[in-house]
Amino acid sequence: MSVMMKWVFGGLIILSVIIGFIRGDAAAVSNAAVSACGEAVTLCITLCGIICLWSGVMRVAQTSGLTKLTAKALSPVLRRLFHGISPKGEAMQFIVLNITANLLGLGNASTPFGLAAMRALEKEEKSGERATDNMILFVVLNTASLQLIPTTVAALRLQHGSAAPMEILPAVWVVSLINAALTVTAAKIMGAAARRRGAGL
Amino acid sequence: MNFNIGDYAVPLIFAAVFIFGLAKKTDVFSEFLKGVEEGLGTVRDIFPSLMALVTCVGMFRACGGVELLTEWLKPVTELFGFPAECTPLVILRPFSGSGAVALYENILTQTGADSFAGRVASVMLGSSETTFYTIAVYFSATKVKKIRYALAAALVGDVCGWILSAAAVRIFLGA
Repeated sequence: MSVMMKWVFGGLIILSVIIGFIRGDAAAVSNAAVSACGEAVTLCITLCGIICLWSGVMRVAQTSGLTKLTAKALSPVLRRLFHGISPKGEAMQFIVLNITANLLGLGNASTPFGLAAMRALEKEEKSGERATDNMILFVVLNTASLQLIPTTVAALRLQHGSAAPMEILPAVWVVSLINAALTVTAAKIMGAAARRRGAGL
Repeated sequence: MNFNIGDYAVPLIFAAVFIFGLAKKTDVFSEFLKGVEEGLGTVRDIFPSLMALVTCVGMFRACGGVELLTEWLKPVTELFGFPAECTPLVILRPFSGSGAVALYENILTQTGADSFAGRVASVMLGSSETTFYTIAVYFSATKVKKIRYALAAALVGDVCGWILSAAAVRIFLGA
């Protein structure tokens, strides 16, 4: 985390300042820094409401045993993907809920489930400072789009006068599927390679 | 056409959770409150990295970095028959969801929703996620410092997806 973000964060800031100076538009960069950090707070407050709401609902579903029931129904596929996670454990329940929310396009719900799954994975696999293979697999699955119907795209296409807003669906499905399949394959290969080398990476 | 599965799914999920909870004699109110408290902890944990990412991306957009990178990437994108209008979307998409949507609207306004660039942009946006943002936020909910091959694996899928989106539009929509 900190290794990747060190370069992304540092690099973007230094580049912005240099490019801003070269183009003689340093004012835009400094204004952006001020307004963007305000935006970050707004975003966080929005997220705060959604995450707290879903965490509350999830807690109810968990204590009543509802999440265990859904996880049992949906986990056969995911169990094959995530090795070594207890099929009835908390982590698997949240993974199932996160993937389901992703498929349905409930972006607001999938993040709270995803964060809860990460924390449960951390507890179950005792990751410490080093990400486990299952954690990485879960995160990269979330960096691929699993949404069945891209509603935002369809709505914007309609708004911009498209004759057939949904005509892009087959192309979206094929590209999403290839993206997800390649990402998972890459993660599996890289994980296996790291295991062969012992620790490291 | 405006049917949104989310409009129906969310209220139904809420109802199902509370009906099931009450049927199982769960104290739905105090469990809900405990969940909210846990949620607050999560938000506190992810806030610093959210702040860092949103700020540096905001600065990068303002300085004209996206346009500059678009110019540099031109030889590569031309090689794949990728519409030049969509390159900024490739650069911004992994970092910012709202930024990508704003750019996407721009592309639709300029070239039309049913143009080649408009269709490619639609496929790109519909088939990808905010990769850097997701990795940063998900791991910041944990104590993990070494994310190992997570970024590399995620980018393999993204890069192939973007290259393929132009080809997919040609195959499925003819142009």
